[in-house]
Amino acid sequence: MTFQHYRQEVLALTMRWVRRLSREKFSMLFTLVQPMLFWLIFFGSLFQHAANIQVLQAPNYMSFLAGGVVVMTVLNNGLAGGVDLLFDKENGFLERMMSTPIHRSSVILSRYLFVMAITGMQILVILSIAFIFGVRLETGLPGIAVILVIGMLFGVGLTAISMALAFSVKSHGDFFSMLGFLSLPMIFLSSALVPLSAMPGWMQVVALVNPMTWVIDAVRPLIITGWDAAIPRVGMAFVILAIFDAVCLYGGAKAFRRAIG
Amino acid sequence: MMDPAVVINVARLGKTFGPVTAVEDLSFTVRAGEIFGLLGPNGAGKSTTLRMLITVLPPSAGTATVLGHDVVREADTVRSLIGYVPQERAVDRFLTGREHLELLGGLYHLSRTETNARIDELLKLVNLEEHADRVAKTYSGGMKRKLDIACGLLPNPRIVFLDEPTLGLDVQSRLKIWDYIRQLRENGITIVMTTNYLEEADQLCDRLAIIDGGTIRVIGSPLELKTGLGGDRLSVTIKEHETDTLPRLREGVMALPLVRDVRLKSGGLDILVESPEKSLPAVIEVAQRLDCSLDGIEYHRPRLDDVFVAHTGHGLRGGTPDTTEEE
Ligand SMILES: Nc1ncnc2c1ncn2[C@@H]1O[C@H](COP(=O)(O)OP(=O)(O)O)[C@@H](O)[C@H]1O
Ligand SMILES: [Mg+2]
Repeated sequence: MTFQHYRQEVLALTMRWVRRLSREKFSMLFTLVQPMLFWLIFFGSLFQHAANIQVLQAPNYMSFLAGGVVVMTVLNNGLAGGVDLLFDKENGFLERMMSTPIHRSSVILSRYLFVMAITGMQILVILSIAFIFGVRLETGLPGIAVILVIGMLFGVGLTAISMALAFSVKSHGDFFSMLGFLSLPMIFLSSALVPLSAMPGWMQVVALVNPMTWVIDAVRPLIITGWDAAIPRVGMAFVILAIFDAVCLYGGAKAFRRAIG
Repeated sequence: MMDPAVVINVARLGKTFGPVTAVEDLSFTVRAGEIFGLLGPNGAGKSTTLRMLITVLPPSAGTATVLGHDVVREADTVRSLIGYVPQERAVDRFLTGREHLELLGGLYHLSRTETNARIDELLKLVNLEEHADRVAKTYSGGMKRKLDIACGLLPNPRIVFLDEPTLGLDVQSRLKIWDYIRQLRENGITIVMTTNYLEEADQLCDRLAIIDGGTIRVIGSPLELKTGLGGDRLSVTIKEHETDTLPRLREGVMALPLVRDVRLKSGGLDILVESPEKSLPAVIEVAQRLDCSLDGIEYHRPRLDDVFVAHTGHGLRGGTPDTTEEE
């Protein structure tokens, strides 16, 4: 196998997802102007009065929420990323791909690249809308670049979990119930909606073993505080994500090998 | 390698899924340029066998080589030499026919020009030229199957594996697909296919293996299998009051060149013949010459159904073997 071949496979497989998306006009619209955005605006304004600025340590609730919404977008997309491969597995398309002389990982890599490209665009849309509503990024454009990098790194592990799930479950019904089982606690038991300091003690403990919290706590200061506060947090997030990704990739590779051989 | 005419060699191949034994102790060879069929009912283990040969399922026991390459150790080489048409309509509803083929061109590492040339050729072969740029969800079942076949042929493989290529198709599409398969053989491509249609196995396959309950029961050409059961048989009966002429008739018929064996039965003869078309008039002529008045003459040609029943103990549609008897 040469690098040339690998690039050709990954490109061909990624093109497939791009073509599919362009066929599903509605889905494309909803992908970019996605529901998350609605909740950012709606929740952001609604809880403006309920939220205690002192507790949030942010100029307003929307700027506090923006970081959470960015990371939730990565979470949702990442965890759902495997579902199309599940359909491929069910209808035999995966087997057809596996009967060709491709490197096994190119199926996974192409899916990751596609999902993360979409996610990156969504993050930019979210930050632009937040900007319109008055959220000013304290770290500016370089901050956006760092947010994207963190998002992509988080996406590696999440996509791996999703694919492991897709290759292990019996039906897509199982897949979606597992998804709900995973994603809701990851959101609510993290600092996405409430800061750690406002949580009861037991919840803080749970939130601290949730990688979501560490990712959000790195993204949030990039938006509302500035570099000084952000840099140690970002460094910490990189460490946590390296561990998280390694564990997820290991599990994902095992599930993949068991299913595909 | 051994005999160059052998392109696939399967030795004691087996596959278990946990406690379930899908196939066991399979051994057979496929020769260059033939259509080799695996005939068996649902759940017999046909797809499992094929999946191991196309390297997507690792065997639990035994070995298999395709064009001299081990399906486990040299899986990548095998993959680059074969084409596969799965049992399911493995199409992406949102891609056009052409896009399917372009995708596969990338996966087989063909250049853009090579891919396009192959695509034109294949679309013509399966008559999908006009529909090539429509998304697959608008295709009929037959069209999806044609696209499937074109996908399997894209890499210009030396061996094509087809899993139940005509399952659920209407008669016309089925005949069309038989045509393509024969055309492939004319182009020197070896074909390995599975089917649970007796007629398809009989008409299309040069050789076939009857597989049932995960094991191969018998292998041979449809003709060999049928003659193995005794071949074509003429059954003559003599008018009742003239049965004393039977031994005479037997002698006379025995002397005919196309007759392989003659058996006496009550009131007549069972004559095993090579070619019923030629031997029938000859038998009648002998009877007339020897002054035996025939009461009736019946011609029986064993069908593949009979072969199947003889080797599996049940009919193809009947499902499971006869295990309903109480102890
Ligand atoms: N992935 C699998 N897991 C468990 N059992 C399987 C699997 N694939 C096939 N089988 C079992 O193996 C047997 C043979 O199946 P298959 O090869 O699909 O038969 P056929 O293609 O002849 O209909 C069946 O009993 C089937 O239930
Ligand atoms: Mg099958």
